[in-house]
This record gives sequence, structure tokens and C-alpha cells, in this order.
Amino acid sequence: MQKEMAYSFPDEVLKHVFSFIQSDKDRNAVSLVCKSWYEIERWCRRKVFIGNCYAVSPRMVIRRFPEVRSIELKGKPHFADFNLVPDGWGGYVLQWIAEMAGAYPWLGEIRLKRMVVTDESLELIAKSFKNFKVLVLFSCEGFSTDGLAAIAASCKNLRELDLRESEVDDLSGHWLAQFPETCTSLVSLNISCLGSDEVSFSALERLVDRCPNLRSLQLNRAVTLDKIANILRRAPQLVDFGTGNYAAELQPDVFSNLAGAFSSCKELKSLSGFWDVVPAYLPALYSICPRLTSLNLSYATIQSPDLIKLVSHCPRLQRLLVLDYVEDSGLEELASSCKDLQELRVFPSDPFGVEPNVSLTEQGLVAVSLGCPKLQSVLYFCRRMSNAALVTIAQNCPNLTRFRLCIIEPKTPDYLTLEPLDAGFGAIVEHCKDLRRLSLSGLLTDHVFEYIGTYGKKLEMLSVAFAGDSDLGLHHVLSGCESLRKLEIRDCPFGDKALLANAAKLETMRSLWMSSCAVSFGACKLLGQKMPKLNVEVIDETEPPDSRPESYPVDKLYIYRSVAGPRFDMPPFVWSMDEAVKILH
Amino acid sequence: MENDLNLKATELRLGLPGSDEPERQMTPRPNKRTLSDIVSEGSRSTTEEDHQDNAPPAKVQIVGWPPVRSYRKNCLQGKKDEVEGGTGMYVKVSVDGAPYLRKIDLKVYRSYPQLLLALENMFKLTIGAYSEREGYNGSNYAPTYEDRDGDWMLVGDVPWEMFISSCKRLRIMKGSEARGLGCV
Repeated sequence: MQKEMAYSFPDEVLKHVFSFIQSDKDRNAVSLVCKSWYEIERWCRRKVFIGNCYAVSPRMVIRRFPEVRSIELKGKPHFADFNLVPDGWGGYVLQWIAEMAGAYPWLGEIRLKRMVVTDESLELIAKSFKNFKVLVLFSCEGFSTDGLAAIAASCKNLRELDLRESEVDDLSGHWLAQFPETCTSLVSLNISCLGSDEVSFSALERLVDRCPNLRSLQLNRAVTLDKIANILRRAPQLVDFGTGNYAAELQPDVFSNLAGAFSSCKELKSLSGFWDVVPAYLPALYSICPRLTSLNLSYATIQSPDLIKLVSHCPRLQRLLVLDYVEDSGLEELASSCKDLQELRVFPSDPFGVEPNVSLTEQGLVAVSLGCPKLQSVLYFCRRMSNAALVTIAQNCPNLTRFRLCIIEPKTPDYLTLEPLDAGFGAIVEHCKDLRRLSLSGLLTDHVFEYIGTYGKKLEMLSVAFAGDSDLGLHHVLSGCESLRKLEIRDCPFGDKALLANAAKLETMRSLWMSSCAVSFGACKLLGQKMPKLNVEVIDETEPPDSRPESYPVDKLYIYRSVAGPRFDMPPFVWSMDEAVKILH
Repeated sequence: MENDLNLKATELRLGLPGSDEPERQMTPRPNKRTLSDIVSEGSRSTTEEDHQDNAPPAKVQIVGWPPVRSYRKNCLQGKKDEVEGGTGMYVKVSVDGAPYLRKIDLKVYRSYPQLLLALENMFKLTIGAYSEREGYNGSNYAPTYEDRDGDWMLVGDVPWEMFISSCKRLRIMKGSEARGLGCV
């Protein structure tokens, strides 16, 4: 049967057809059609995405896909962003690099998120891949400017170096000077995370000068405002620019130089950076504002009137990141000026303050939901919310795909009725049928999870904190959310029952994180025993979980599906519930 | 109050090096002690009430809440103290022999004596008074700074306004090197 199939379409034809299929999902589907398609597809797959670096081993990936040119890996769970995952937990990339160095000499692209990357790894990349083009280190850590120097020096055709939100040990700014004079290929450079005051600015200027294809450049905070004009004049073709510091004493010649430099950038669509802003310099941006589609002012401690003035010049804005200094009044202006808005993120200026320091409430978000029909993605920190507001938002924005609301004080009820916010979030999941990501906050009972289980059929990621009454809540989610991939829960009274009753569900998900909940050590062991395709890991920094009774709840629990079996790089405070490993640990 | 003692007795402040010690107080050890309360229905409120009674008057920070990433928090530190929404002027301060760097906002100070006092308090050392002729003679420490041109100067040599606008970072030198400075 297969031979007949093979005669009807030569491999080359199939390969050619498959080359148009880029998405992982489609590729995976293709590989399941029949054995010959599986074989052909695996030989021509060039891009692999691994959402959890421990779900599979490097060897397995290499064995199945021998000709990979681009790889993307994710390491630590999302809650690592908020210090819930202890240092040393894992997510080391070195082993991957080492094995790929031998197997993929033509590897050109490495994208990593929340992984530990050492200088040794970077040096190995620099040495091993002759055609290396793209390095993206998103929220990574463990490396220094020495590792970057190795990359700069060796990668002759480097196109992208993006260090966004990573923690870099800044030993010296001279690494930039390691890019050889012959390197003219840079398209994207993001060094915004570097703290160093010593980034060699002259080396940066020379680099920008000789890279005519540079489209995206994000400077770090140490670069002063007076230097921006120099850079922009060397790169008027920029599409995406991140300033450094945007503060200086107001001087007319500096201002006009800056305004002129910005106006010469006819392609500029996206701005970020803006640390330490002096509002008087914002009008220098006015000439490019009409073209701006993306604006990240989330570090700019400028007040609402200045934000309003700026935003009112940007009618094409699709994406805005801002601090809550924008206030309700600023968001109302946004709603009336920016009808193309798709994404809004409002961050707290004083997250640990007890009293509100700005006049930002649910009203601002309601205004945006009313005025911006294309709104799809929301991240909103505020101090009060009502069910009525959430219902209004849900009805105004049925196209929401991401809704993350953080009411700063845990368990805050509806401020008008003092009831839980179940109905409000229920309306969100009911009306927003394409909702893929949801983060909950405020006072919530098991009811909200009933709504989520009933309506959240496309929900892929759910974040829960200080919510729910009982295991029923967790059960609703695990049994109802068909598309669920990632579930992260902290400080909720969810225990063994729902978890054990829905054990099979966990194999259909990427991962489950539960911390400060009520899952017992005994249940974790049982899960580990019964579900060989799951890695069940207990994290406890104070004492081994088996030094206490089995009914005692574990501190932190991370469960993920894996075909690689338990990992071998666990630190002392992580225990695997896998039977075999337990004996050896 | 009883519970404060209990918290201390269970050494809640212990954590891995680098973890925020005050924040650890909010780990749910109280929850663990009333495990049966949590698991059975309707008792959640009991735990909460206990919790509220025990909560100290000042706001206690919960680990990882609100969910704001550390680099964002770092950007906002010090902003509350500023009168205008203007700029801070943060410079690194190193002290010979100390393993860590500190950062200070020069804008907070109005004069050399204020700055020197702050440094003395921050690093627990004595710098003393500046004199044009003898620098910081008599002290084991000499505060120096790197200016815009990359030169290392003795703090106090130039007028305050000029110092503020040209200082890139501070280094408090120690010992014989320090004593050698200032003797023009």
C-alpha cells in the first residue's frame, strides 16, 4: 500500500509541497498521515519549537529531525518571572548546544526563553555554527558580556542579537567592539537589558553605520538622550527603535537636533525604552507619531497630561504599554484617539503601596473597551473592579484573546456590591469565545471555575491566585477546558481529589504549576507512580517532603508531560516522584 | 502576638541565599498548620480570619505578588521620593575592600557634606571633612569620582553643581592610596 503511494508522488514533490508548510501544528499533522510522509517530513523539517526543554531530550530531537536549522526552547515555568522558582531549578541550555554542535553544523537560529545560558554555552555556539544568524535570549540569565564578545567576534553573518529582559553580568562594554569591521549583516540588535554605563558608544555607532539593513535597535538605559540623534541619523531606515535614557536639561539645539533626527526616520513604527523621561522632550517625537503602531512607555514615569498629549498624536497606535500614571483620564483619551488599538498593558507604578497613588480604576479599562473595537489583548493592574465593569468589557470586546487582570490586593471583592467577581469573569469567558489566555484576580469562589470550564473551550493558558473554595474549582477547569495547555496556580485551596481524578488530563497539557496549595505528598507520589509519561516534581527548599507525613501538603509542585523521563539535573530542593529516581535520589 | 512568636520559632525567615527575607514571612506556614481547615469546606474563611488577625499593621509583602517582574520593580525604586516626575541621577558607589556595589541618587543631595554623610552612613566608615589643601587627610578613606572625561578626581575639588553634572560613578578609596590623594 505504501509502495503504491510512493509511486504516485515522488519524494521530491512531497518535499517541495511540505516546504510551504511552516506551522508546527500543520507539520505535526502531516507527519501523522502515513509512514512515508512521516519519513519525508522529518528529513525536511527545518524549524523545531520545544515549549518545555525537559519534555524531550536533545538526542531524541536530533534523531527524529536530522536537518534542523532553527530551534526554539523554553525552560523555566512562567511563575519564575515572579521569583516563585528558586535559583538553580534548572533550564540549562548547555547540553542542548553541545549535542546540536555535533549534529547540526548548519544550525542558524537559536531562540531561548527563561533558560540558563552560560558563557560556555555562548562560546560553544560561536565556535560550532558557521552559519549562525539569529540569537534571541528572552528572559535568560547566567551569562556575561564575555559570552557576548565571543558571539560578536565569531558570527560573521549575524543578523539578530536580541537579549530582551535577560540578566547579563556586565563586565565590560567592549564586547560591542568585537563585531568585526566586516560584519554588515545586522538586522536586529536589542541590548536594552544591559546595565553597563560602559557600552562602547563609539563601537555601537560604527556598527550601526556599517549595517544598512538594521531595522530594529533597542539601546540600554545608559545611552543618554543627546546620543539618540547620532544613532538615528546613521540608521534612518529603522522600523523599531528603543531609546536609552530620555532625560536631559532642556536645550533648544539638542531638542531640534533630536526632532530632526526622528523626522528623518520615515519607516519608524515602534518605539520603546524611555527610561527617565523629561516630558519637554516628548514633542520631538511628534513628527513620527502619526505612523507609530507600537509604543512602550512602561518605564516612563510621566504623568497623565503628558501621556495624553503624546497619545493624541498617535491615531494609528495598535499597541500601548504604559504605567498607571496614565490614569482613567488618559485611557479615555486613548479610547477616543486610537481606534486601531489591539493591545493594552497598564503596569503599576507603586505595586507595594497600600493606598492608591494614582486615579486609575476599572473606568479606564471600560472606556478603552468601549472606544477600541479591535482590542484583543489586555494586561491591567488596578486596585478595584466590579462585576458590572467586567460584564461591560466582555460585551464590548468579544474578540479578546488575552485577558489578564491583576487587582493588586488579593481577594478584593466587587467594590460596589462586595460580592465575588465570579459573574464578571464568567462574562469574559462566555462572551470572548476566542479567549486563549486568562489571568484571574480578586475575590473568587468555585463558581468562576464552573464558568471557565463551561465556556473556556479555547482557553490555553490560565493563571490563578488566591481563588476558589475547594477541589471542585480545579475539577471544573481540568474537566472542562478542552484546549488547556498551561495551568499555573498559587495560594488556592486545591488538593488531591481534583488532581487525581483528572490525572489523564495532565498528559494533554504542557505543564501544571501549583504552589502554596493543598496537594499532599502522598498524592504526588501516586501521580508519579501511575503516570509514567508525566514528570512530577516537588520543590521544597526547607526540608525533604518525605521527612513529613504523606498527608502533608507540598510547598510547590510542577508537573509536565515528557517523553524523556525524569531529568538528571535536579538541584537538591527538587524531588522527582518517578519511582526509579526516588530510590536513587 | 502569639503567632508572631510562632512565626519566629519556625524560622520563617530562612531561605536560600539571595531570597528576600522579609517576604518569606508570608509563605503559608499558617496554612500548613491548619491543613484540615483548608481541605474541608467552608473553613477557608477561618483561615483567612486567623490570617488577618495575625497580620501586622504594616503591609507584608507576599512573595511574587503582585506579579511584577523584578526589572520593572527596580526601575521604579526611588521614584516615590521624587517631587517631580523628573530624573534620578543614579551612580554606582564602590568601596575598596567591600564585595558589593551600591547605587545612590545624587539628585537627593544638595551639598558635599550631605553626600559625604550619606556615604558614611551607607558604608559604616568615616571620611571626615574636605579641605582644599589637604583633601581628606586624617581619614583612612578618600571619596573619588570618575568624571565625563574618564578622569578620577577627588570629591570636593570642583563646585557642587559641576560635580553633579559630571560625576559618572564614585569610588571610596582606602588606605595609603587614599592618604596620598589631596596632597597637591
